[in-house]
Amino acid sequence: MSTAPIHLHPAGRLVALVGNPNCGKTALFNLLTGSRQKVANYAGVTVERKEGRLTIPDGRTVRVLDLPGAYSLQPRSPDERITADVLAGRAIGEKRPDLVVCVADATNLRRALRLVLAVQRQGLPCVVALNMADLAEARGLQIDTERLFRLLGVPVVRSVAVQRDGDAALRAALADPALWQRAQPVPAAAEAASDTRTDHERVQAMLAVLGLDALVPHGATERIDRVVLHPVAGPLLLAAILFLMFQAVFAWAEAPMGWIEAATGWAGERVGEALPDGWLRSLLVDGVIAGVGGVIAFLPQIVTLFLFILVLEQAGYLPRAAFLLDRLMGSVGLSGRSFIPLLSSHACAIPGIMATRSIGDPRDRLVTIMIAPLMTCSARLPVYALLIAAFVPERDLAGGIGLQGTVLFSLYAAGVLGAMAVAWALKHFTAAGRQVRPLMMELPQYLWPSVRGIALGLWERVLIFLRRVGGIILLLTIVLWLLASYPAPPLGATGPAIEYSLAGTLGRALAVIFEPVGFNWQISVALVPGMAAREVAISALGTVYALSATEEDAAEALTPIIAQGWSQATAFSLLAWFVFAPQCLATLAAVKRETGGWKWPLVMAGYLFALAYLAAFVTYRVALVFGG
Amino acid sequence: MKTWVPTSEGGAAAEGSDRSEPPMDRAQPQSLVEVEAGTPFFVHEVVRPATSLDWHRRLEELGFLPGELVMVMARGQPGGDPLAVRVGQSMFALRRAEAACVIVRRIATVAP
Repeated sequence: MSTAPIHLHPAGRLVALVGNPNCGKTALFNLLTGSRQKVANYAGVTVERKEGRLTIPDGRTVRVLDLPGAYSLQPRSPDERITADVLAGRAIGEKRPDLVVCVADATNLRRALRLVLAVQRQGLPCVVALNMADLAEARGLQIDTERLFRLLGVPVVRSVAVQRDGDAALRAALADPALWQRAQPVPAAAEAASDTRTDHERVQAMLAVLGLDALVPHGATERIDRVVLHPVAGPLLLAAILFLMFQAVFAWAEAPMGWIEAATGWAGERVGEALPDGWLRSLLVDGVIAGVGGVIAFLPQIVTLFLFILVLEQAGYLPRAAFLLDRLMGSVGLSGRSFIPLLSSHACAIPGIMATRSIGDPRDRLVTIMIAPLMTCSARLPVYALLIAAFVPERDLAGGIGLQGTVLFSLYAAGVLGAMAVAWALKHFTAAGRQVRPLMMELPQYLWPSVRGIALGLWERVLIFLRRVGGIILLLTIVLWLLASYPAPPLGATGPAIEYSLAGTLGRALAVIFEPVGFNWQISVALVPGMAAREVAISALGTVYALSATEEDAAEALTPIIAQGWSQATAFSLLAWFVFAPQCLATLAAVKRETGGWKWPLVMAGYLFALAYLAAFVTYRVALVFGG
Repeated sequence: MKTWVPTSEGGAAAEGSDRSEPPMDRAQPQSLVEVEAGTPFFVHEVVRPATSLDWHRRLEELGFLPGELVMVMARGQPGGDPLAVRVGQSMFALRRAEAACVIVRRIATVAP
């Protein structure tokens, strides 16, 4: 039996937003749809698909699709191909839009209008939204929308995506039924082939009529760039920003982390009092509350990190960082473009790996995906935080720079250097690594980040993290509790209960493998769930130690236990292990999705395991020599 | 609002044109890699590089089109790579090999 693909589209009219990168299109999309958004992937490819719902003034609801930013409809990256295919109605599983909103940066019409002309040739009804209209006016650009309408033959409205009612004119235009009927004439086949130069000449002519053909300097952007792109000041500023970011992750997040830990402890006690002694109390208090609570405590650090990344991204600084680092990245065969996904991987490798979609070149993209897990993700932060707190004294080195923060910085640096070494090896020992690939990256004008945009972005990240806590981490915590509790110790047993459990058996088996790198059996047990999701290693340690303690000291923090129980060499070895540690299953699943098969995730898991073991071994032996 | 410079060669004379290089040099189109930072030039043409099939098309789509104004704003270090280049109202980072595809000429020079 053969089946033809049937595409069922939700009812309702579909509006697509099209625009150049950095034209404020996504901000406009957020303003139009608010939090009514669905984020998924386009069928068969790994380009992010954002759809939302918008109620227009006539009371009807329309679907809004935020198409990937494009410079032209001649696709040169997977993102641009989606935009071109959806507009042409040939994207798999996508309805052809009923209406196109061309989002045009009002401060950069010469480029935006070329895309408008290309979209017009698709023959769909369309409307132009002159976005950032406020900025254009502040620069003295008076755009006569009525004249532009007559020149283009497409309705033109103003919009300011960063103002609360900045989309009022666009909403009003969408309520006009005539707009939806206004299909653009489809040109003859000969004219349909778009020609950048012809479009450019048409745009120039239009701008001349409108009196907008003079170039307006981006005064502020140029002044800022004189510092940011300066050969000496620029890299110093970048280093300072990154250092501040990591100090902030440690310092700012401390107080809210304390509150969450206190709340977890309180909840554990209350539940412990309310329930009779037995397996259910043990499961809830020692397993679920201690385990999940220990992970949620790291939410403040994740929020802090993403706050920095989102602000830098929206302000327009991230591409400058890529510019400054391009030569460095180029020396290991990557481009500055890989910088943004790799930086995002510091929060979590999964969004980082997803961000590699902006890298047009397949080889650069694959290498970036493969080294992304070497960037210290926030899930490793709990492990670092615990070990640093237990083994590195809290001491000021100089001028408010703490020793603990410096150690943390070095661990991040070790991950980065490891990633560079892997990329360097791939550049020199693979044929594809020796080819020349283009950069051609836009450096957008600086903008004040919008509180709304940052808040939405942070909220998305918090949800992703909490879903992981709610799902896989909760499940693993329960599984580990089961492993650690059963079988129960025989009558008359003297040691802690966990020694007789499945977890104890498994840990001792693994301890044979990990003994040369200095891990005890408790660590070995914790590493098993830790491979499923890295931060679980901490809650697993919590469970292992809380359960193995013969007295009722489960509520006590893990820090003093390991500070006494482990040697310094073991602690440093574990830190080294976690710099390279085989990533979590969720990351491997993301890699499989992005690379379309099991080959690369398996290669990744294998090489990371080897690197981590080697690093831990060397660290342990060296630390032993120096009297750890 | 002060405007920068006209966008097409038909416009008024632009700033930065009163340089004192030899006339031969002024008439000679150069690639973006060779020109000094902070001086505006016109794009003369975009040439196809030996190493790639479509860089020149991509550059045109980004706005590097004949007659457009370009200016090197900054150079990365070390080795002056990549270059930050203003074209029209946009700015792009181009590696040396990419910038070498963009042939420019001085503003005071009359079109050939």
